[in-house]
Amino acid sequence: MSTAAFIVIAILILAAALAAASLPTLIHAALSFAVAFVGIAAFFFLLGAEFVGLVQVFVYVGAVAVLIVFTILLTRRDATTPDKFNWGGVVIAIAVFNGLVWAIFRTPALSIGAPQIEPLTVKRIGEVLMTDYVWPLQCVGLVLTAALIGALILVMEEKNSKS
Amino acid sequence: MNDFLDQIFVRAKQMLLPLLTGAPDWVIQLASSLINIFALLGVFLTLFALISVLERKILGRMQNRYGPNRVGPFGLFQPVADGIKMLIKEDIVPVRADKVVHFLAPIMIAATAILALGVIPYGRNMTPFAIDGGILFFFAVGSTTELAVFMAGWGSNNKFSMLGAMRAIAQMISYELPLIITTFPVVMVVGALSPDAIVAAQGGYALGVMPHWFVTTPWGAAAFILFFVSGLVESNRTPFDVPEGESEIVAGHMTEYSGFKYATFFMAEYFGMFAISGLAVTLFLGGWHAPIAGLQFIPSYVWFFAKLSALLFVYIWVRGTLPRTRVDQIMNFAWKFMLPMAFTCLVSAAVWHYQGRGLAGWLWSLGVIVVVYVALSRLIDTRKKFATRTYRFAE
Amino acid sequence: MTPTLQLFLFVSAALFCIGLLAALSRRHAIFILIGIEMMLAAANLNFVAFWRFSPQPQPPIGVMVAIFSIAIAAAEAAVGLALVIAIYRHYRTTNVDRLDQLKG
Repeated sequence: MSTAAFIVIAILILAAALAAASLPTLIHAALSFAVAFVGIAAFFFLLGAEFVGLVQVFVYVGAVAVLIVFTILLTRRDATTPDKFNWGGVVIAIAVFNGLVWAIFRTPALSIGAPQIEPLTVKRIGEVLMTDYVWPLQCVGLVLTAALIGALILVMEEKNSKS
Repeated sequence: MNDFLDQIFVRAKQMLLPLLTGAPDWVIQLASSLINIFALLGVFLTLFALISVLERKILGRMQNRYGPNRVGPFGLFQPVADGIKMLIKEDIVPVRADKVVHFLAPIMIAATAILALGVIPYGRNMTPFAIDGGILFFFAVGSTTELAVFMAGWGSNNKFSMLGAMRAIAQMISYELPLIITTFPVVMVVGALSPDAIVAAQGGYALGVMPHWFVTTPWGAAAFILFFVSGLVESNRTPFDVPEGESEIVAGHMTEYSGFKYATFFMAEYFGMFAISGLAVTLFLGGWHAPIAGLQFIPSYVWFFAKLSALLFVYIWVRGTLPRTRVDQIMNFAWKFMLPMAFTCLVSAAVWHYQGRGLAGWLWSLGVIVVVYVALSRLIDTRKKFATRTYRFAE
Repeated sequence: MTPTLQLFLFVSAALFCIGLLAALSRRHAIFILIGIEMMLAAANLNFVAFWRFSPQPQPPIGVMVAIFSIAIAAAEAAVGLALVIAIYRHYRTTNVDRLDQLKG
């Protein structure tokens, strides 16, 4: 875990996230959102959780980002109008950030280095998913199916609407 | 001697690295990665040049004409001429284009295609980047191609580009499901996500001649065919090239690109094709293993590239043979046939495994696939039933 | 020197606050969704960081929670974007300030 890699990735994530939050055009924001998530995946790699990083890229860049750009495309009339910016949110966000940073740097137990661990293999994750976490896994499957059907019903053309 | 030839590239790399002794650790790591990257790029750029001219020659042969035969012996230097032509063309960017997105799209599409090539084992000890979740990496990188195609379509600010991009994304998302699900049986039977482990599991020979490739089992053969068809769609090749159908929407998402950017798209398409075929070889055709035990003296990478070339030839053959399909046909085929068959392969592989992986399992799993195939083809048979012709007048 | 847990938590706190900023100050429904996704990702980062810096628990709980939370976030994004499209069909806008009627 090298410091240079940490700094580069951290700057990438924060810059891309700031761009996603503040760029006026929706498409640019959505693309910087994808970049930020690639950066977070790189962080997971750095932390030794390769599998989570790969899942992150797969789900967020491959699926969620594509969903977002499709939604932007379908609601295009709105996407080109510039967005009003509410400065109240900035104040609240900075206040929350100050509070969090104060808490993090005031806790001495957090200034520890990483211990040596044996790498977490995909096989191990699979075993754990199929033994200790088999019920959560089934529940997530159920939630995803429900979300799929729910999303489909929400956007289905209403055949007998009066308009 | 055999071993020497087999490992010659690995040895060469090991000879190069000691030149750096004394340098810090990260320099050596970086150098090692760079050697891998340059070897990969060198090999596949050469292959790209070769395949692009061979494709035109083979297509020419299939259509009863000469292919390119003017530049160099047998027209083999055609790619050089094409490259120079592409490089010196004017690079046109539309005035109303989203400049940044328009510029980044070809870079991103080429980068994803090259990254996907990195996890495939090309020979014994010859995986450029051996990571534990290699298959997942391949698909994670592959799925970002959709975003790149969208960027190309949106950035061009052109109706044809946007239509082409929408078509491309729709069919890529639809066929990504069968593509990924057909790899599940292999991953399940091997019990690992790493391409090296999958290739290792296909080593050895039954009765001294039959290789243990997964394509020799019924579920493997079915999954291989499904995987290959999905691969055709993912790389936007004929007969599934509606995203860039010349007769309908000019060139799809590449309409507004010219010069070197267009060449980058072209290259990315071929690299994507190499990556998908390479993964098909790894998953189903035994990777770098020799087909017959007696032929093991030939180096492993030769076998890998022979199989890869065979698959690429089939790609070209299909292009020279089949007409383009309609959009609705592609979608119906994906959701009504490919997806159920992909799940059937999974069930069939489970049956094969629990019947002891022997002859009984072989027959049972064949049975499962045949039953589902027949049932499906009965169910989705949408041919018009013609009645006998009757005339209202002039009887 | 290697980065300590504090630094990872700092980055994730910053990411969380940027997400909060996007969710609070933009009026476009898709921006709000992007902000929520960023906050969820910051939480994931915390889970994995705490897993990595703790003496190894068996099974790897932090990683498991992160995987499940990514799955839930995907479901949330799908339903959220479907809602955005449904709202757009009714009101011809996705600006949350202009959605002030109870009657559709």
